[in-house]
Amino acid sequence: MTEAATEELLDKKMNAVPLKMVGKDVSVYYGDKRALYDVNLNVRENTVTALIGPSGCGKSTFLRTLNRMNDTIDGCRVTGTITLDGDDIYDSSIDVVELRARVGMVFQKPNPFPKSIYENVAYGPRIHGLAKSKADLDQVVEQSLQKAGLWNEVKDRLHEGGTGLSGGQQQRLCIARAVAVSPEVILMDEPCSALDPIATARVEELIHELRTNFTIVIVTHSMQQAARVSQRTAMFHLGNLVEENDTDKMFTNPDDQRTQDYIMGRFG
Amino acid sequence: MSSTHIVSIYDEELKYLTRRISEMGGTAEQMVGDSVRALVNTDVALAQKVISEDVILDTAERQINEKAIVTIAKRQPMAADLREIMGAIRIAADLERVGDLGKNTAKRVIAVQGSSIPRNLARGLEHLAELALMQLKEVLDVYASRNIEKAKEIRERDDEIDAIYTSLFRELLTYMMEDPRNITPCTHLLFCAKNIERIGDHATNIAETIFYMATGSQPEGERPKDDHTTSVGAVEE
Repeated sequence: MTEAATEELLDKKMNAVPLKMVGKDVSVYYGDKRALYDVNLNVRENTVTALIGPSGCGKSTFLRTLNRMNDTIDGCRVTGTITLDGDDIYDSSIDVVELRARVGMVFQKPNPFPKSIYENVAYGPRIHGLAKSKADLDQVVEQSLQKAGLWNEVKDRLHEGGTGLSGGQQQRLCIARAVAVSPEVILMDEPCSALDPIATARVEELIHELRTNFTIVIVTHSMQQAARVSQRTAMFHLGNLVEENDTDKMFTNPDDQRTQDYIMGRFG
Repeated sequence: MSSTHIVSIYDEELKYLTRRISEMGGTAEQMVGDSVRALVNTDVALAQKVISEDVILDTAERQINEKAIVTIAKRQPMAADLREIMGAIRIAADLERVGDLGKNTAKRVIAVQGSSIPRNLARGLEHLAELALMQLKEVLDVYASRNIEKAKEIRERDDEIDAIYTSLFRELLTYMMEDPRNITPCTHLLFCAKNIERIGDHATNIAETIFYMATGSQPEGERPKDDHTTSVGAVEE
């Protein structure tokens, strides 16, 4: 097979992955300040999409538009459309609470509730009515903790406080909490920036496993992490989407000079 | 490389690799030139010098590899930087081989001393060596200039060397058939010719590596080949 034919086949394979979320001409304003400029970015199903770029480039802003976290910020305005399985998530008929159950989020700093490990995970399923009985809820908690790779470490102390865990364990607890409501998409905003290398490796391994069941979008400042965990990478700069590409291509031979300068740590 | 790294010592590390590769190239060129001169003039002293110089390239290759590994571990290079480092490792290996081939030719000078090499045969070898050395010299210039067009040209020129090598091969066969006493020196010369032809191949490898370092893709198409010695003497149907 010629190189061109191989490439075409790979393109087809990638294009055959269904689109989970589609952002079209997305712009975000904080009051008068424009933070994003007509971003067109697709999130593919069961794929890890990494958003990279220098501080203030708009990558976190874009991530937050995907489950309307920006709604909570005064003076924030979003234009353009974002769809989840084809439905506009900014449509007035959309229940934001339900949206955030489908598109979950894990934050930079582990933020467990000041409650027991069990309650941290059980809270979501309970308020969303996802468990019919105590036995049901126990099962959801166990499964979620298992998916987050935390079960073996905490199964004997489920009723101890979640804040008593180590930083890495707390972050995996937050992932278990996000997973507990069976979301379709998980957004992660620099989930490892407060963790040591071992805890980071655990979370990365987890991301790799979660990908079979969930679609993941991750914002990271670590280029090596983006290279390790994602299949697609999008590079933002000054509120613009500069380049979106296969991760393998992005880190060996990117198309855009700005991507090149950024990932190689050079002055532009 | 258009701009510099934010961490300036990283630039120093990359520059070290570039500088050492250029030095290796200079040494390799010198060794190959000397080995052919030693062969043509049966200059045993010069041959000994070439043999003793091989260790310089061995050491340089090892040092380049060590530095490259440390730089990869420390800096986690991306894109063009990563290609630059991988390229340095590959080119160092090619240049080290070029040195080995020069050394091997030099060793054969000692073996063929005493038997006279026909003048026109020596001229053929010299011509082959001139072409191979030109390829090597130009590819080292391209390493400094990163001129992609030039790299492609060098890659496409390798068939000239192959063609001359094939004709030398035939010629040596005729001398061996003429007089069995020629077999020993001619066999040595045959290996020398092969050594020089291989040097051309390494220059081509380096040209391809430089192309990859600069563009991130492999040069298109097969490299031209005109080495027909594998079928010399075969019964034609």
